[in-house]
Amino acid sequence: MEIAKKILKVKVNGRPYELLIKPKTTLLQLLRNDLGLTGVKQACMDNSCGACTVIVDQMAVKACSVLALQVNGREVTTVEGLASRDGKLHPLQQAFLDYHAFQCGFCTPGKLMSAKAMLDENPHPNEEEIRRDMEGNLCRCTGYTQYIDAIKAVAQKKEGVK
Amino acid sequence: MRDFEYLPTKTIQEACSLISQYKDEGKVLAGGQSLITLLRQKLISPSYLIDIKGVSELDYLTFDEKKGLRMGALTTHRAIEKSSLIQSKYPVLSEMEKSVASVQTRNWGTIGGNLCSGDPIGDPAPSLIALNAKLKIVSSREEKTIPLEEFFTDYFTTILEPDEILTEIQLPPPVAYTGVVYMKFSTIEAGIKIVSTSTSMILASDKQTCKDARIVMSAVAPVPFNAKKAGELLIGKKINDDLIAEAAQLASEETNPTSDVHASAEFRREIAKVLVRRAVKEAFEKAKRT
Repeated sequence: MEIAKKILKVKVNGRPYELLIKPKTTLLQLLRNDLGLTGVKQACMDNSCGACTVIVDQMAVKACSVLALQVNGREVTTVEGLASRDGKLHPLQQAFLDYHAFQCGFCTPGKLMSAKAMLDENPHPNEEEIRRDMEGNLCRCTGYTQYIDAIKAVAQKKEGVK
Repeated sequence: MRDFEYLPTKTIQEACSLISQYKDEGKVLAGGQSLITLLRQKLISPSYLIDIKGVSELDYLTFDEKKGLRMGALTTHRAIEKSSLIQSKYPVLSEMEKSVASVQTRNWGTIGGNLCSGDPIGDPAPSLIALNAKLKIVSSREEKTIPLEEFFTDYFTTILEPDEILTEIQLPPPVAYTGVVYMKFSTIEAGIKIVSTSTSMILASDKQTCKDARIVMSAVAPVPFNAKKAGELLIGKKINDDLIAEAAQLASEETNPTSDVHASAEFRREIAKVLVRRAVKEAFEKAKRT
């Protein structure tokens, strides 16, 4: 059976796209393979590790476990869309650097996106809330202390971040 | 993942008509937080995927003092967790939802999809069974309402016919002198649960005698497990520590756990006993305070 491709209209990092894709394309495959956004990491592929976390509308989701066609008409933000256009890092990115919150860096984009979604909803979470909301992002090298500190530092800024 | 035709729907009627047309060849997709993995692992390979996530009429939470709670099947886990209505009327649901998978999964995954996946390790089903939930199931043939408890038949298997869709979860209104408790045991905080229980108790107006008790557990049987004998032991009696210990022992004996990499069956049984004892005691204390 020849499967008909479907049209997907989606905004990614502020840019509108109209693409013809196979229905079985996951959001992860779309972002990496069709749009070249390789900051979205492919790892466990079974909805566990959180390395592929992106933001759909205001929600952090695991891109490996969402069909691309399900984000039709929605807005997706990946780590490539975090820094401002002039190259200035997002406060979370800067804090991750300042606190050396990564080692190999593979889980970092997913962590940044989870942290951004959390702070957009709740600008000043306490440590317990940070730990609970970051549960869906695994790290297999540097551990879990520095990036909690980094997020905490951003969360403690009075003005919050956008 | 094998190829499939993708059929997005906007209404229940449209979804029912498509699923009755394709039956065994089709599969309903909601949030896909279990389904996408099953498709990728080729454990299922439907020819048609009927996407109902866009059916906005199935995303709602309403409450009526007489009828209780009505929850659309496409309500996300995150919406339940964050709902002030749930937090005030059925706080145990909000508390339980906090430990369902991860924020990312709760943002996209739906309560209906979770129940239909029929995973006995899931926590929503035991909590909803403890709260005496019913399900509304529709097809183009008929519409019916069944107790959630009768929904599950085996590992990852439910009574849903190939042309049926779960549309609503219903909870009776909370009654006076009720305590409901969710407790889990896992070896690491965010890790896989070894056992969890959702336990409810309703007391008579003397605040001593048990009018109704439900002790429901995850991961101890092929389906979300209601330890009926243990619940029945408590009903009609004045609650004390000895009786609670006896019920916990009975509940543990009723379970039928398996051994896997996370825990042996023997360990699960032992943990079930401890958890149930603590949960029944806490449910009793909570019920007294209401």
